[in-house]
Amino acid sequence: MISAVGAAAQGLVRLPVWRARFVLALLLAAFAALALRALYLQALKTDFLQEKGDARYSRLLEMPATRGRILERNGEALAVSTPVKSIWAIPSDVELKPGQKGKLVALLGVPAGELDRKLAEPARDFTYLKRQVSPDTAEAIAQLGLRGIYESREYRRYYPAGEVTAHLIGFTGVDDAGQEGIELAHQDSLGGRAGSRRVLKDRLGRVVEDVEAIRAAQDGKDLTLSIDGKIQSLAYSALKSAVLQHRAKAGALIALDVRTGEVLALANVPSFNPNNRARLSGAQLRNRAITDLFEPGSTLKPFTVALALETGKVGPQTMIATAPGRMTLANYTIRDVHPAAALSVSQVLQKSSNVGAAKLALAMPREAMWDLFRRLGFGAAPQLGFPGAAAGRLRPYRSWRPVEQATMAYGHGISVSLIQLARAYTVFATDGELVPLTLVKNELAATSERLISAQTARAVRAMLETAVQPGGTGPRARVMGWRVAGKTGTAHKQENGGYAADKYLASFVGLAPVSAPRVVIAVMIDEPAAGQHYGGSVAAPVFAQVMQGALRLLGVPHDAPFEPLEAPAGLDETREST
Amino acid sequence: MAKLNLLLLAVLVACALGLVTSQHKGRKLFSDLEREHEHARELDIEYGRLQLEASTWGLHSRVERIAVGALGLRSPDPRRVRLVARDTPR
Repeated sequence: MISAVGAAAQGLVRLPVWRARFVLALLLAAFAALALRALYLQALKTDFLQEKGDARYSRLLEMPATRGRILERNGEALAVSTPVKSIWAIPSDVELKPGQKGKLVALLGVPAGELDRKLAEPARDFTYLKRQVSPDTAEAIAQLGLRGIYESREYRRYYPAGEVTAHLIGFTGVDDAGQEGIELAHQDSLGGRAGSRRVLKDRLGRVVEDVEAIRAAQDGKDLTLSIDGKIQSLAYSALKSAVLQHRAKAGALIALDVRTGEVLALANVPSFNPNNRARLSGAQLRNRAITDLFEPGSTLKPFTVALALETGKVGPQTMIATAPGRMTLANYTIRDVHPAAALSVSQVLQKSSNVGAAKLALAMPREAMWDLFRRLGFGAAPQLGFPGAAAGRLRPYRSWRPVEQATMAYGHGISVSLIQLARAYTVFATDGELVPLTLVKNELAATSERLISAQTARAVRAMLETAVQPGGTGPRARVMGWRVAGKTGTAHKQENGGYAADKYLASFVGLAPVSAPRVVIAVMIDEPAAGQHYGGSVAAPVFAQVMQGALRLLGVPHDAPFEPLEAPAGLDETREST
Repeated sequence: MAKLNLLLLAVLVACALGLVTSQHKGRKLFSDLEREHEHARELDIEYGRLQLEASTWGLHSRVERIAVGALGLRSPDPRRVRLVARDTPR
C-alpha cells in the first residue's frame, strides 16, 4: 500500500500500453459477440423462437357451430341439436382397478366384454368407448378420474315430434350433417360453419386477448317450416288408424294452404322414430307423398272435364251418351261401374264415369290435353327443394294412341306423385290458378299462374261438390259445417306390366270450404286389404277427418249449417273402377 | 437541459406504467367478456334443451291422451257451438 502510494506520489508508473489495448479489444470483442448473437436470434432464428414463445401462451381455439333448429309454423321445435359428450380412450394409457371398471361398465351401459375388447387394442391410439352419452353420465365418468379416458363434446339431434314428422324432417348422421328430408335439403343454411381463432391465455387458462380470428364461427340458421304441428299430428294419426283399419300397405297425406301455397301437413305411414334409427327398412324411410309415383285414376278426371269446358264445346249440363256403360277401343274395353244411358258432364264427375271421361277426351286434340297436364306440373319434378322429389311420367303427345288418350282421361297411363296431384287441385281452389308450393313458412300470398278461366274452375268446383253429395262417389268426405268438394280415385295397381286384379290404390283429393277455398287435402292409401278398397270408402273418411280439424284450427268461417250429414245410401255409391 | 431530461424521464416512466395498467385492465375486461360469451352460449344451449323438453311434454298426442283420458274432455257437439261474427270484417 505504502509503496503504491509512494509510486503514485512519484508520478508515473509505466504500465505496458498493450495491457490497456488488450482490455479494450476484449471488451469490443465481447460487444461484437453480443451483437452477432442478437443478430442471429433476432434475424435468423426469429421464427423458431416466436413459435416457442407463442406455444407458451398462444392457443388456437376451435369455435364449434351449432346446427340451426327446425321449427313448425307456430314456433314449436321439430328438431333441436343439443350437446352431448362422447367418451373416448387411449387404450395403452388406461389402467383400471377392478372396482373402477365395474363402475365404468355400469355408467357406460356397454357389456364388460366389449369394453375389454376395445381397451385390449394397444396398437390403436384412440377408441370411442361410447358416443353421445347424456351430460349426467359424462359428469359421473369424469368424477371417476380415470387415466387415459377422456370426453369430447359433440352435438346430437333430437326430434321431439318423432314419427309424426319423420319423413318430412329427415335426420342427420352422427357427424351432425343432414342425410334425409329437410335436414338434407337445407343443410347449407342449417349446418353453420365451425370457426377457429388464435388467442392469448394467461397462467390460469383464461383468454386474455384475441390475436386473430382465423375463421369466424357461424351458427346454423333456424328454419321455420310451413307445417302446422297440430294439423300434422292430426293427419298422421288419422292416416295411421286408416292404414291399420284397412290393413293397407302404406298411406300418405298432404294438406296445402291454397292462399300461400304452404304445405300445412305432410304425413306418411309406415313411419319410423328418427331418434332411434336402429333397424330401419327402406319402406319406412320412403316419403311416399313426394317420392312415390302412382297412376292417379279418377282423381284426374276433373282436369279432363275442365279442359272440355275450356274448349267451349260442352257445358256442365251437356249430355254425353255413355250407354251401355262400356266402350271398346282397339281391343281395350273401358267400363263403368254404374252403367247409364247418358250422363251430363257434371254427372260424369259425380258418378266417376270412365266412358264419359274417355268420350270427352277423344273429342279434344291430344296436344291440348298434354299441354294442360304438363302445365299442371305432371311429368316434371316439383320445385320444392326436397331431395328425391319424383317427376312422374307424362309421355309426349305424339306417341299417344287414341286408347291411351282415352285412358289418360281417367288417370291411367300417366303417373304422378301425391304432391303433384294436390298442387294440381289448387287450380280448382283458386279460380283457375296453379299455386307454387313451399315447405318453408311464407306469409305472403303466392304468385300463381293462371291455367284455366275462373268460370271453368268454379264450374268444376261445383261438380266436385256434387261428387261428395249423396249420389256421388265420395259422400264420406263431407264435413259438418263446411262445404266440401273433391274427387275419389280407385286405381288398380300396376304389376308386372299389367294391372293387378285385386290390388288397389284408394285416393281422395278435395278442397274446402267451397265458398272460399282455403285448404286442399290429398289422401292416398296403398293396397287396402280389409274388404273395402274404394277411394270413397277408404280415403274419403281420412280426408273428412283431417279437413274438419284443419278448418277448425285455421279458424276458417263456416259456410254450411251445423246439421248432421245425411248418411250415404250405402257402400254401393262409392264403387268405381278407377 | 438536465432538468428537462429528468422531466421527460418522469413522463416516460408514467406513460410506461400507464400502458401496463391499461393493458392489464384490457385483458381483464376481455376475459370477462369471454366469460359472458360462454355464459350466453350455455344459456342458448339450455334454451334449446328447454325447447326440446317443452315440445316433448306438449306433444299433441300426449295432450290429447291426457285431455280425453285423465280430464275427460271432449269436443263439443257441433250443434251446441254458436259462431260469433267478427265486428269489423277485414
